[in-house]
Amino acid sequence: MSSRLVVNKTYKQFVGGAFERSESGRSYPVVGAGGQLLAHAVQGSRKDVRDAVAAARSAQGSWAGRTAYNRGQILYRVAEVMESRQAEFCAEVLRAGDGCTEEAASRETAAAIDRWVWYAGWADKFATVLGGANPVAGPYFNLSVPEPAGVVGIVAPDEPPLLPLVSRLAPVIVSGNTAVVLASERCPLVAVTLAETLALSDIPSGVVNICTGLRNELVPPLARHVAVDALDLTGCDPGLSADAARQAAATITRVVSASTAERQWAEEAAQSPYLIDAFCETKTVWHPKGR
Amino acid sequence: MESAGGFSLEYAPAPESVAPVRLASQYGLFIGGEMVEPGAGRLAATVNPATGEALAEVGVAEAVDVDRAVVAARAAWEGGWRNLPGAERAKYLYRVARLLQERAREFAVLETMDGGKPIRESRDLDIPLAAAHFFHYAGWADKLDYAFSGRRAAPLGVAAQIIPWNFPLLMAAWKLAPALACGNTVVLKPAPTTPLTALLLAEVLRDAEIPPGVVNIVTGDDATGAALVAHPGVDKVAFTGSTEVGRAIGAEVAGTGKRLTLELGGKAANIVFDDAALDQVTEGIVNGIYFNGGQVCCAGSRLLVQETVADTVVGKLQQRMNTLRVGDPLDKNTDIGAINSQAQLNRIGELVASGVAEGAELYTPPCELPERGFFHPPALFTNVSTAHRIAREEIFGPVLSVLTFRTAEEAVAKANNTPYGLSAGIWTEKGSRILWMADQMQAGVVWANTFNRFDPASPFGGYRESGYGREGGRAGLLPYVELVA
Amino acid sequence: MSLLSPILYRVSDLLAAESPTGVADAVAGVRITPVDAVGLEQRAAGLCTRSLKTSSKAAALELAIRVMDLTTLEGADTPERVQALCARARRPDAADWSVPPVAAVCVYPELVPVAAEALAESPVAVASVAGGFPAGLAPWEVRLAEIAWAVAAGADEVDIVLNRSAFLSGRYQKAYDEIAAAKQACGSAHLKVILETGELGAYDQIRRASMLAMVAGADFIKTSTGKIGTSATPPIALCMAEAIRDMAEQTGRAVGLKLAGGIRTAKQAWHYLVIVGETLGPEWLTPERFRLGASSLLNDVLMQRSKLGDGCYQRREDFSVD
Repeated sequence: MSSRLVVNKTYKQFVGGAFERSESGRSYPVVGAGGQLLAHAVQGSRKDVRDAVAAARSAQGSWAGRTAYNRGQILYRVAEVMESRQAEFCAEVLRAGDGCTEEAASRETAAAIDRWVWYAGWADKFATVLGGANPVAGPYFNLSVPEPAGVVGIVAPDEPPLLPLVSRLAPVIVSGNTAVVLASERCPLVAVTLAETLALSDIPSGVVNICTGLRNELVPPLARHVAVDALDLTGCDPGLSADAARQAAATITRVVSASTAERQWAEEAAQSPYLIDAFCETKTVWHPKGR
Repeated sequence: MESAGGFSLEYAPAPESVAPVRLASQYGLFIGGEMVEPGAGRLAATVNPATGEALAEVGVAEAVDVDRAVVAARAAWEGGWRNLPGAERAKYLYRVARLLQERAREFAVLETMDGGKPIRESRDLDIPLAAAHFFHYAGWADKLDYAFSGRRAAPLGVAAQIIPWNFPLLMAAWKLAPALACGNTVVLKPAPTTPLTALLLAEVLRDAEIPPGVVNIVTGDDATGAALVAHPGVDKVAFTGSTEVGRAIGAEVAGTGKRLTLELGGKAANIVFDDAALDQVTEGIVNGIYFNGGQVCCAGSRLLVQETVADTVVGKLQQRMNTLRVGDPLDKNTDIGAINSQAQLNRIGELVASGVAEGAELYTPPCELPERGFFHPPALFTNVSTAHRIAREEIFGPVLSVLTFRTAEEAVAKANNTPYGLSAGIWTEKGSRILWMADQMQAGVVWANTFNRFDPASPFGGYRESGYGREGGRAGLLPYVELVA
Repeated sequence: MSLLSPILYRVSDLLAAESPTGVADAVAGVRITPVDAVGLEQRAAGLCTRSLKTSSKAAALELAIRVMDLTTLEGADTPERVQALCARARRPDAADWSVPPVAAVCVYPELVPVAAEALAESPVAVASVAGGFPAGLAPWEVRLAEIAWAVAAGADEVDIVLNRSAFLSGRYQKAYDEIAAAKQACGSAHLKVILETGELGAYDQIRRASMLAMVAGADFIKTSTGKIGTSATPPIALCMAEAIRDMAEQTGRAVGLKLAGGIRTAKQAWHYLVIVGETLGPEWLTPERFRLGASSLLNDVLMQRSKLGDGCYQRREDFSVD
């Protein structure tokens, strides 16, 4: 019997298209469902968050400037690449989740892939559904369009490890936002694997940035950052969420959190064009009509 | 040909009659369908800013009154309003719209007396638009199923709504109409300096037979507003006012699960390219900054002019400013009325002084200001740099700062160089440039070749530190509903 | 020059490079500012809501009379009718000698000698339409001769029409040359150029035609012939006043404005006084720079004047039917 030693993967943060350790040099152990050590994840720092926001900010204009058709294709491409690496995702989900069955892991992976496909299709439709011409009482052309808010900070929920992350990320970036994701603290490894998938697909550098580490350390600098235009605090516990919302109020940053219905991750209620809208600004343009 | 000297047109003092307005000496709070005395019995005077004289005394609601109001709103919501068929809610709102139209003159005169805005504006804009908002949202009340694809819209519960003093009745309408249409009940808090039209609206609501407690109006001061925002029985907070207060409200609401929408300050760029229709541009600039004496969150307070026409535009503007009439707000010929309060006048004066101190050049047309009341002449600053306070801070007065640019890219960079993002103006005859510029503007409302237009069907609200959420149109329903799959 | 060219910025852009008429570059270089229709109409409507002071109203009514071109342009005009009109022009209200005379009487060329005789020794000017009024499509030599004839017959002022056929087909040089030649033919007589704004199709075109006519030498620009349905309106008056303001600012030349067609009430006249006064300043509110061309306006102005005097509303039938 020849036994081969497994080559372990190093899980790094994904910032500006690159996989990096923390500038702080810290890491923390991630344990699996059975209590065994799975890996050491990067324990990101305040400065890592800052760098991630900077990367997201600089990528935002050109990402939003792409055509909706192009963004749709890129999101669809993410689904394609995930599909081809389904086994890897299943394995990651399985070893992360407490009492997760193979069947459940496989269902979750499939649902996550389907969610990318669903949102990919919205890229060139949500503006039609959410915006439109407004019949104002005067000689004016008046049009409302949803535009991306800018940079969105997303605090991913802990469990399950994959589907909620995708469910919150896809509606944010499909409209042209860029994202700084704080991965699940307990199960960050799937998020890093997702990052590797995104790097392989056509998502431009900086559009999605994924930091790993301790929420208590990373949420406050994210919430306080002036360049963050909206926050999704779905993954925060109530205390941390309230603190973050309070900090975000200083820069009038809007705060979003998944409703109970939206947390039925596998259900239709977890996906909605209004979730895209939640991270958009409505811009209304007026112009006179005259000869 | 006979030679004749210059003939000067003199406009008549054309004061609107105050006859339709019947002022009481004291006003209570509107809670549970009744006018009630504030628990602590505290009253505050509301002043006519054009004369400095008190018009009436108005109740100051304390926490206990706010609690009564929220309890009344909750009871009305659970007691039927939430389950009332949309078609019935619609009919109530249509009634309100009609009653406002019928009493339009009375509302306009009172609005002008209490707030100082020219009667021309309250008569032609504030009151008709307020009625139009009720009319528009009345129609939504029974059509919510068509508003949101694949989702059902459920009401949130009790909405706390705090409104500013610059468009008192109009802001009340912007807040009340969508909230009620969606099946919420409301506690509305008017601004301390302009409570009277809201209290007159209470009469209208009663005449429309809106069930008691569906709308409650608590007048008062900042503490009243704070108590309302903090009340645990409130499900939704909507605020229009300063960014500073917006921050405090955001912090207060954090972690409570209350929904929040904010419509805050602005420092809008009004961008003029050299191919624009310069005479209409001049009118647009004037309308952008001197409308309601510049006490408008979306005012075009930063004029960005392409260098090639900067002198021409400033010349036309100064000429036009010379024809603006400042004075009695009740006079139909008045263009610029009174500043809303002594405090606001002081703030304007302070910022104007800072502009002069920082080296900008001030122009004000020769005009006589009334001897009493709070008045400020239209002002124009040239030689302004982007670092000056007058180019960065919201002045909320009839003060325009002129900056120049050379290219469209520079105009965009300067326009977006502000933490605010409420509105922007673009003036050019080139269609593709309008659309490109509109895309670049970090602003919720972009007026191209026009400025300061409002309509109930058109969403209004800001980017960045100008707030979040929209008022008007379908987008204006979203802050007042929960979408259920 | 094609009509499809991008936005035209200056009058010189409309003209052939080797302009034969030798206009100074500074004048031909005046800017043609675009016009936004909706903004223009809103401003005009706003100006029409101004209310005049009662004392100012009386002066305004008197001014409306002093700037009036009392007009009759009918095929049925006879010497007797023109003589009667001239009598009214000199003394608009037989019962009240304090009413000033009007600025001019405007007639067809053949009746110029009649008017000239009737108005001799009076401050009232004789104005004649000429140059193929109202279409301006008679052969050019004929039109030019008509202008010269009217001046020779005693016209102090000549109202010609813009060649809309040339203007609307992009032959700006031709339209320009005709006006310039007409100006020469006028000699010392004043030249008013009728744009016939109702045929130009857009305010931008009105602004362009205004600038072209002024650069070509018009002493006045005038809205309408009164022979088509659309004539002077507040936004058109404002549009032309703004063009005149640009001309004055850029060249220092003061050109007059004549509004004609459809002006029947004193209230309309006030509105126009306000538009001109607020746009061009009080120095334009004189007969040298402002005219109201009308046939039936005078009676309404006199009625309003009487009403101001004794506070009673008047009966239309009591005023002259000429």
